[in-house]
Amino acid sequence: MSEAIQMKRVSRFTGTEEEDFGSRSAHVKTENFSVFYGAFEAVKKVTCEFPEGLVTAMIGPSGCGKSTLLRAINRMNDLIPSCRPSGKMIFQGEDIYCKNIDAVSLRMRVGMVFQKPNVFPKSIYDNIAYGPRLQGIKSRSQLDDLVESSLKQAAIWDEVKDRLSTNALGMSGGQQQRLCLARALAVKPEILLMDEPTSALDPKATTKIEDLIGQLRGQYTIIIVTHNMQQAARVSDLTAFMYEGTLVEFGATRQIFTKPRERQTEDYITGRFG
Amino acid sequence: MRIETRRLLNRAFSSLGLISIGLMALVLVVILTPIIAKGSGAFVFRSTVEHRKLMFDHWNRGNPERVKQDEAKAAVARAPVYQMLSDFKAELESMPRAERSRYKKPLRAVETALGRLLGPNPGSRTPVLMRQQYGATRWDRTQAKLDNLLYSEEWDYSNPDALGVKVLRPRVEDFRTTKLEPLFGYVKANIKPMMRPRWTFYWQFLFDTSKDSHIFGGIGPEVLGTIYLTLGAMLFAVPMGVIAAIYLCEYSREGRVISFLRICISTLAGVPSIVFGLFGLAFFLNTIHVSNSKSVLAGSLTLALLILPTVIRSSEEAILAVPRAYKEAALSLGAGRWYTIMTVILPAALPGILTGTVISMGRAAGETAPIIFTAAVSVGRPLLPIEALSQPTPALPWNIYNLCTEHEAVDEIRHVQYGMVFTLVALVLLLNVFAIVMRARISKKLRG
Repeated sequence: MSEAIQMKRVSRFTGTEEEDFGSRSAHVKTENFSVFYGAFEAVKKVTCEFPEGLVTAMIGPSGCGKSTLLRAINRMNDLIPSCRPSGKMIFQGEDIYCKNIDAVSLRMRVGMVFQKPNVFPKSIYDNIAYGPRLQGIKSRSQLDDLVESSLKQAAIWDEVKDRLSTNALGMSGGQQQRLCLARALAVKPEILLMDEPTSALDPKATTKIEDLIGQLRGQYTIIIVTHNMQQAARVSDLTAFMYEGTLVEFGATRQIFTKPRERQTEDYITGRFG
Repeated sequence: MRIETRRLLNRAFSSLGLISIGLMALVLVVILTPIIAKGSGAFVFRSTVEHRKLMFDHWNRGNPERVKQDEAKAAVARAPVYQMLSDFKAELESMPRAERSRYKKPLRAVETALGRLLGPNPGSRTPVLMRQQYGATRWDRTQAKLDNLLYSEEWDYSNPDALGVKVLRPRVEDFRTTKLEPLFGYVKANIKPMMRPRWTFYWQFLFDTSKDSHIFGGIGPEVLGTIYLTLGAMLFAVPMGVIAAIYLCEYSREGRVISFLRICISTLAGVPSIVFGLFGLAFFLNTIHVSNSKSVLAGSLTLALLILPTVIRSSEEAILAVPRAYKEAALSLGAGRWYTIMTVILPAALPGILTGTVISMGRAAGETAPIIFTAAVSVGRPLLPIEALSQPTPALPWNIYNLCTEHEAVDEIRHVQYGMVFTLVALVLLLNVFAIVMRARISKKLRG
């Protein structure tokens, strides 16, 4: 689906390859960004740029720091007491770890979908309306519109429109995950982070989520962590390969999967380790 | 491990579990059976005409016509007794002085016993004490008082090496060949028409005030006092406990101060309740003077302190049991900490918090020691809510203790004691059932 966009230009990310998204400006970028858990350095001095409107996949073996890096983008790591970042994480020209940045308002602009569907034990409607209500939207009609458009965006409207007031926990796992996506979209974020969004789902539900990512591409900057390399190849424009906390290789997905420059990347994507 | 060994172990363990559960059930039955059997005696019993008279005189219950008829019929049956008594007194006058004095003591004993059984003699002055104004109001007490009339208790010390032996001697022997002799036989044969026993469901026992320190009437002030104390304790303990639990779980940073605080809370849970009682007296009453005397307020505060650790602990556990995913979801949508707690964490933790709350509520309802010095009195009237701030109250746990240790007529009020125990147990049981139902309903709502 992303064939048309994968034009041949000089990459700003790797500098050498011909596939390029250089016309896109970076939405988020990191400079020498590290994350420590106590004394352990989970992410080691990563410098990269996530371009606006594209889908970037992060792959790598378990414990390589890709989830930590992802969660650093909307400061979800703040919840872990021993976690300490260093370096710069720049979102729209500002370091989000600056003292004067409010994590709460940052998270309204950087949405997130988690590994396991984590719908609230509330009605479907209340789940979607949770974010908008937070932002102070009280009028019923406005909320109704938002709920409908978000659910439509997540391609789940037809399945749930007749039971908006039932408990969201009654839905299937795949539906719940799409509801989580709709809930994140209802906040109207600029960036959407996805932390292995399909690892708890069956293949059919996975396909639906992947299709959705394709549809949302262009409207949102999407960063997705995945263990499934086929998924990374299918949905992403760019791929970052991480290993033991370092960013080994970052480039256009096609290049990474066809002509990886690094030996480690090649070993990983061909299944020799990981 | 060999498969036989494994099976044997499994079987041994499951049978052990079964035995312990069986034992527990047995103990429960052994405890609850007398409570229910005897406690229900306070509500359902065979009342005599005296009971109906009492109810009419003091609570204006019953049809006046029928009470009058009842009394009249009983009076007809009783008339020969009083006739025999006055005949005997006339006979006494004609006796020589020495013989007369021989009858003096036994006669007085008979008159006393008769008064306890049937109430004061018709025509005599109304006694001051209410307990002497009425005869036996309950049929079971009638039996005991009849025995007391028919037999006198004597102690046989003839064997100097052993304890004295109680001997029941028929009183009729004192009055052989006198005009009083037939009285005993008559009373024994006609006790039913004289007392007119009838099955009664005295449900007002729960609401009536007691008369003459629990000898008559119900346990209304005690029940109300217990409810006030318990609700008051919850009013202080639940908000404080839940807020403390939220702070400990969500706001505090693990460190020395917090772990020290946790140790303090655990220790507080193990402090004997009498110490809380003394603390309540020393602090709430003597130091900060929440009221001039013992009061429901002081008692509630003391009870609140007592149950606070339990409330904190159970709320903390309930909050920690809320899946982290909910919290992450809320935060990722841009919710602040406070908003997350109010909209996601507390609702999900509610069933657990509720369970802990009701368990501690049961404890607060049943605690005696903390209220001895701070809130409880033996006898009182039902309080208005506003009076609870400054007035002491009777309460079930304290009055159960008080009635069996300090009451001057213990035998007369056994049924009240059992009735109180029964009511208290039923109250706690009801609270628990309420909690289970609420919990189930909320959990169902959460599960969808």
